[in-house]
Amino acid sequence: MSEALLEARGITKSYGVVRALWEADFAVNAGEVAALVGDNGAGKSTLVKILAGTTEPDAGEIWFEGRQVTVPTPVAARELGIETVYQDLALAPELDPAANLFLGRELLRPGLLGKLGFLDKPAMRRRTNQAFADLGIGLQDTGAMVANLSGGQRQSVAVSRAATWVDKVVFMDEPTAALGVVQSARVRDLIRKVRDSGIAVVLISHNLPEVFELADRIEVLRLGRRVARLRAADTTMEQVIAAMTGALSTGDAA
Amino acid sequence: MTSAPRDGESRSGGAGGVSAPPEDAAAPAEAEPAVRGLLRRRLTETTTWTFLILLGIVAGFAVLRFEAFATAFNFRNIAVDASGLSILAVGMTFVIITAGIDLSVGSMLVFSGVIASKVMLAIGGGGWGAIGAGAVAGLAAGLAWGVVNGLLVTKARVPPLIVTLGTLGMALGSALLITGGIDARGIPLQLITTIGIGRVAGVPYVVIIAAVVAAVGAVVLGATRFGRYTYAIGSNAEAARRAGINVDRHLIKVYALSGFLAGLAGMVSLARFATTTIGGHSTDNLAAIAAVVLGGTSLFGGIGTVLGTVVGVFIPAVLQNGFVILGVQPFWQQVAVGAVLIVAVYIDQLKRRAQERGGRR
Repeated sequence: MSEALLEARGITKSYGVVRALWEADFAVNAGEVAALVGDNGAGKSTLVKILAGTTEPDAGEIWFEGRQVTVPTPVAARELGIETVYQDLALAPELDPAANLFLGRELLRPGLLGKLGFLDKPAMRRRTNQAFADLGIGLQDTGAMVANLSGGQRQSVAVSRAATWVDKVVFMDEPTAALGVVQSARVRDLIRKVRDSGIAVVLISHNLPEVFELADRIEVLRLGRRVARLRAADTTMEQVIAAMTGALSTGDAA
Repeated sequence: MTSAPRDGESRSGGAGGVSAPPEDAAAPAEAEPAVRGLLRRRLTETTTWTFLILLGIVAGFAVLRFEAFATAFNFRNIAVDASGLSILAVGMTFVIITAGIDLSVGSMLVFSGVIASKVMLAIGGGGWGAIGAGAVAGLAAGLAWGVVNGLLVTKARVPPLIVTLGTLGMALGSALLITGGIDARGIPLQLITTIGIGRVAGVPYVVIIAAVVAAVGAVVLGATRFGRYTYAIGSNAEAARRAGINVDRHLIKVYALSGFLAGLAGMVSLARFATTTIGGHSTDNLAAIAAVVLGGTSLFGGIGTVLGTVVGVFIPAVLQNGFVILGVQPFWQQVAVGAVLIVAVYIDQLKRRAQERGGRR
């Protein structure tokens, strides 16, 4: 297998006596959807948090574009071109969708006002509306605060934020968990669109049919370790479940 | 309008006048709904209700005793009385929007006044040089206490309630130690005759200072990145952190701002009363918090406006003044303000609960 875009090697992370990850490996290539699956407590979210810079590992290496890197902060991840849709969405509920989309990357007015820190709200609103239109997200009132949106609309805001800013790798932790049928289909279309533009997509999902629909490869975590790497096209759902539950351990199959 | 209840208290709506940037002529299609959204937000906000209550109180007193109440002289009195509290409350608005609290404002005010008076007296002469040096020292003293608050809240991770309760005692105690408990006299006369009681075009200096602070505060909160970070941190600090915002640094700035404005209020107090009034500010913190909450700012963070706070400052001020004019015992003001405060927070709670039912967070 050629060199991966982002690779984690031997990642270990403990919370007190609880070992969330134990020498776990993971890799994703540009232009593919890699699904990260595993039962509850397998360490999926912890691994994502480490690669997204919100948690520091106790041990292990992260390689990005062929060189070893550290991701100590979310900003460091962002500078590498890594975006994340967190399971808890990480939205500010009292702010409107545009403010959330541009959170931490606010556009400032041109000229002196910008130097004084004045926000360019019309431009941010326009670009947010454009981003939502591109993704087929219908929000009647983009001025309403996120707390007043439905669960699906909130998830759409979080997903479109990541899709707007991603450059190299996007992690999506259960991106369709709160969505209805139509919206889920839209997010799946979006994931394919993002992948086709050459970006690496890491999909964390419990929904195996969805995983098989989207993923090019499947990496299975069990009890904090990677126990299988499978090519989705050559794999059955039974095999994945077997790997998740410990009935099958192939190591590196793909 | 009121049939769209919870769309409205969006913080950006509240920033009201200042948050509505002039719509681009290039986007006429957007302008119309944006204007409608703004109107609806304004009309459904807690701030609006509080503003209506204030108007009702003013109208009531005006009807009862027009010739005594509704005069330029009386309105000027009310504005002067409210000026110091208004300056404190602007800083408190920022702090409470971050879901924090600052109990130490009254003590920082006193401490700043003491430092400023000591410097003025030490330099002597009573000229503008001494006054300027004293003012700089006083403002720096307030700022320093604010930075201490911010550092303790962010780096030591002590809850703001405890940190500022601690610095409340420390700043006041320090002021008493420096003065031996005796209010400073001999503040330069020039300060008192100009800033203290002087006017420009009939408007007292202290009112101008308070108005400038409120206007700048409203613009910073509603239209700048500093304000946006303030809301974001109060709304979801973890989301702000993950978005790359330096949450600790911003919180330190917010507490420093509160300390600086307490210092400024200390200078205003010094100019108005010609002494340090060490014993006179023990309930300033509660008055400021009450004004901020009356103005629609949520104690849970993420929501609030400076405009609302100004309205919240004027409700107790107008009640006090009106009761005196009517010959009602002014103690009723405290009863009335207390009741309005509880109702305001009750409404805030109801809205929160409705949102949580909606599956929020």
